[in-house]
Amino acid sequence: MHVLANRDNDKAPAAQPRLVHVSRRGFMKGTAGLALGLYMAPLLGRGGRALAADENGEFAPNAFLRVTPDGEVVVIAKHLEMGQGTYTGLATLVAEELDADWASVRVEGAPADPQRYQNLMFGIQGTGGSTSIANAFEQMRRAGATARAMLVTAAAERLEVSPASLSVREGKVIHEASGRELGFAELAEAAAGLPVPDEVTLKSPGQFTLIGKQHLPRQDGPAKTDGSARFTQDVQLDGMLIAVPAHPPRFGSRLASVDDAEALKVPGVVASVRFSSPTRDGDLVAVLASNTWAAIQGRDALSLEWDDAQAFTLSSDEIEAAYRERAGTPGEPVTRRGDAAKALETAAQVIEADYVVPYLAHAAMEPLNCVVDLQHDHCTIHNGEQWQTMDQQLVGKLLGLAPEKITIHQLYAGGSFGRRANPVSDYVLEAAAIAKAARAQGRDVPIKMVWTREDDTRGGHYRPLNVHRARLGLDDDGKLTAWHQRLVGQSIMAGTPMESMMVEDGIDPTSVEGASNLPYAVPALHVELHTPRDIGVPVQWWRSVGHTHTAFSTESLIDEAAVAAGQDPYRYRRELLADQPRWRGVLDLAAEQAGWTSPLEPGTEGVRRGRGIAVHKSFSSYVAQVAEVSVDADNALRVNRVVCAVDCGLAVNPDMIRAQMEGGIGFALAAALHSEITLDGGRVVQSNFNDFQVLRLDEMPEIEVHIVASEAAPTGVGEPGVPPLAAAVTNAIHAATGQRIRRLPIADQLEA
Amino acid sequence: MTTLTINGQPHEVDAPDDMPLLWAIRDLVGYTGTKYGCGRGLCGACTVHLDGQPTRSCITPLSAVGQREITTIEAIAEDATGASVQQAWRELEVVQCGYCQSGQIMAATALLRDNPAPDDAAIDGAMRGNLCRCATYVRIRAAIHAAAESLGQEET
Repeated sequence: MHVLANRDNDKAPAAQPRLVHVSRRGFMKGTAGLALGLYMAPLLGRGGRALAADENGEFAPNAFLRVTPDGEVVVIAKHLEMGQGTYTGLATLVAEELDADWASVRVEGAPADPQRYQNLMFGIQGTGGSTSIANAFEQMRRAGATARAMLVTAAAERLEVSPASLSVREGKVIHEASGRELGFAELAEAAAGLPVPDEVTLKSPGQFTLIGKQHLPRQDGPAKTDGSARFTQDVQLDGMLIAVPAHPPRFGSRLASVDDAEALKVPGVVASVRFSSPTRDGDLVAVLASNTWAAIQGRDALSLEWDDAQAFTLSSDEIEAAYRERAGTPGEPVTRRGDAAKALETAAQVIEADYVVPYLAHAAMEPLNCVVDLQHDHCTIHNGEQWQTMDQQLVGKLLGLAPEKITIHQLYAGGSFGRRANPVSDYVLEAAAIAKAARAQGRDVPIKMVWTREDDTRGGHYRPLNVHRARLGLDDDGKLTAWHQRLVGQSIMAGTPMESMMVEDGIDPTSVEGASNLPYAVPALHVELHTPRDIGVPVQWWRSVGHTHTAFSTESLIDEAAVAAGQDPYRYRRELLADQPRWRGVLDLAAEQAGWTSPLEPGTEGVRRGRGIAVHKSFSSYVAQVAEVSVDADNALRVNRVVCAVDCGLAVNPDMIRAQMEGGIGFALAAALHSEITLDGGRVVQSNFNDFQVLRLDEMPEIEVHIVASEAAPTGVGEPGVPPLAAAVTNAIHAATGQRIRRLPIADQLEA
Repeated sequence: MTTLTINGQPHEVDAPDDMPLLWAIRDLVGYTGTKYGCGRGLCGACTVHLDGQPTRSCITPLSAVGQREITTIEAIAEDATGASVQQAWRELEVVQCGYCQSGQIMAATALLRDNPAPDDAAIDGAMRGNLCRCATYVRIRAAIHAAAESLGQEET
């Protein structure tokens, strides 16, 4: 009999599930373990049905694709499409090995199932860390190759020729010798009855026809340009009520009293529900209504009193002052190479600087929301779902249901930038808690929880405020001899289910990534971390996580060193990266393409111009950027152009890599120029796009993206475009004006 | 009851006069291509056309709509300019998350109807109110130029 086994089960469970011939007893005794359990059921429980058919009898040789009787190839995407292009990327990998016709490929979001759809780099299902293509590269190709082999076998039987005499092109199996061909549609049913092969051969890069192709149309392009793409906000179910919760004015405020009389007078409002907040303190209340407008109006009409006895009441400037004080004392050692203290004592020049970055909201265009359809023994969630396994487990726990009783229906996410993968499942749990409370009130209907833009801006789970204090030592020749850096910032992992896995010896690696592993050949490197635990502001990963702040400080500091040494910032970096070929590769490419060695075209009268460079590695990808800026007589700043070089290994979808670099640059430029969340007495000051400012079209620079040709394993592109940008811009400002910007956002810091 | 003419079809909606058009279109009529982003006219995701004029539906109460014809993204391809914009968006692969793109396309279509060959400054002026957190702005600009070019060629 056939069961699935896993050749590499000691490394990554379910990484490469394949069929092997073993007895059931042998399998049961084997060590393949839990990951195989789910494969057993469909394979063994179907009576006389075909081996490679799904419940509808369609050809589905594995969990990642099926071929319909019409010949349509449906790729099942285990990752969330939130703009980064993963539906297209995953489909490219399957279609490549399947030799499918791209026009016949369609993508569906996978259900929540950690066995079949886990992220092989996480061990759970979830999208993040720029891992989608990297973790699924071989898995998806193998899925496509398996289907291809079976279609070829089916064609060989039909045509009575050897499989070796057949080739596959654009959805057709072709017998060149006789000129006969069969489309996938004609072969799917027969293929569904075949055994799934043990071994498949993957293409070599020279055989690729889709991977690396300059322009493969995005899978989500048509639906996102005619209004038909479905986001969570668009879900409409029979009897569904909209729920808008009221959040406390401060983190840690407790609800003291509720008067809903005015809320209930709003036409369309059905009820208010009090619920125990899963991730905040105490109870909260939400208003349920038949439409979103009524729910918002009703929520705003609630009369609520809050008890601030346990609330967090500090202001941002107080947090920063406390952090600066902490920065004056030794922290937990993170990296120690050489003797930085001694090297600093004997240095000819010492650079001392504090770098400061604020809290940042993700501010995706789609404010947070989630649809929960709760029944007595089952719960269906409709969501742009980024964190399936943890959400499933925590919602199950909240509702008293087993995780597999939580079905998650995947939708597009209107951006996320990390927010929809909340480390404590805040918004998903809130929706579930509201649905539970509504059900307890007898309202047995689906609930769409909606946050307003203000709720989203003030909802916490921000990129943490950070203070970095650095001391760099240079010798008489300007050579860097010591780098001492102390980082002060809240831990993202602390207090989450990931803490025990991630935090070691008090060090959250996401607090220091990008600084702890500084690439420059400095003889003495000493990095320390302070992790304040008395700050009640929830924090979270934000597109590129720790690199958002470490790249700003490290790439500014190396620039400060170059300036102090009287050397060219590009060449200064280059010297220190002699042993880092991929770092150097992108640095050289960006400098060359930007024309670094030729003078920048001067500005018009009164306009100062400058060029800045920065390079950073994040999520195993290398990115260098050269920014060109103009500062006019009124100190108005304009970023004119950014030249970007990226090495992400093999470029699966070059145009999408360019798009991610462009978007990453724009996203990072918003934070560099404008965005910040500040607290005043614990209250979040900003509320909407008027005061949490993001980038607008007229501020977008010209962007050029150059991709390093590579056959290395592909790595991520969703995040790595972000980190170097702020420093490239502030280094350019220094080149233009002599002013060093050490805190973000730049806002109105430019001096006359 | 208020009668709204959306994409050429009359729709009766039972809603208070102060309900923003956005919510009537989305929740009561069921055209969900028009998006909620800010509720304050700050982001442009809710842009529709009222008698061809780009309008922020999230701050337009039903009482202010009157007899005007409402066009949403779902019908934009029925208009030659809108179809060209949509086509340019697809050819240049503008979209990422896509949530703001209905509003972007509505705004760009209105711009091109008004100004068939906009320069960068005109594009800045017409489009700076439409936010895109994915920052697809480079391609939005390029797609508007491309749509203008294709429309210009159709005319000659």
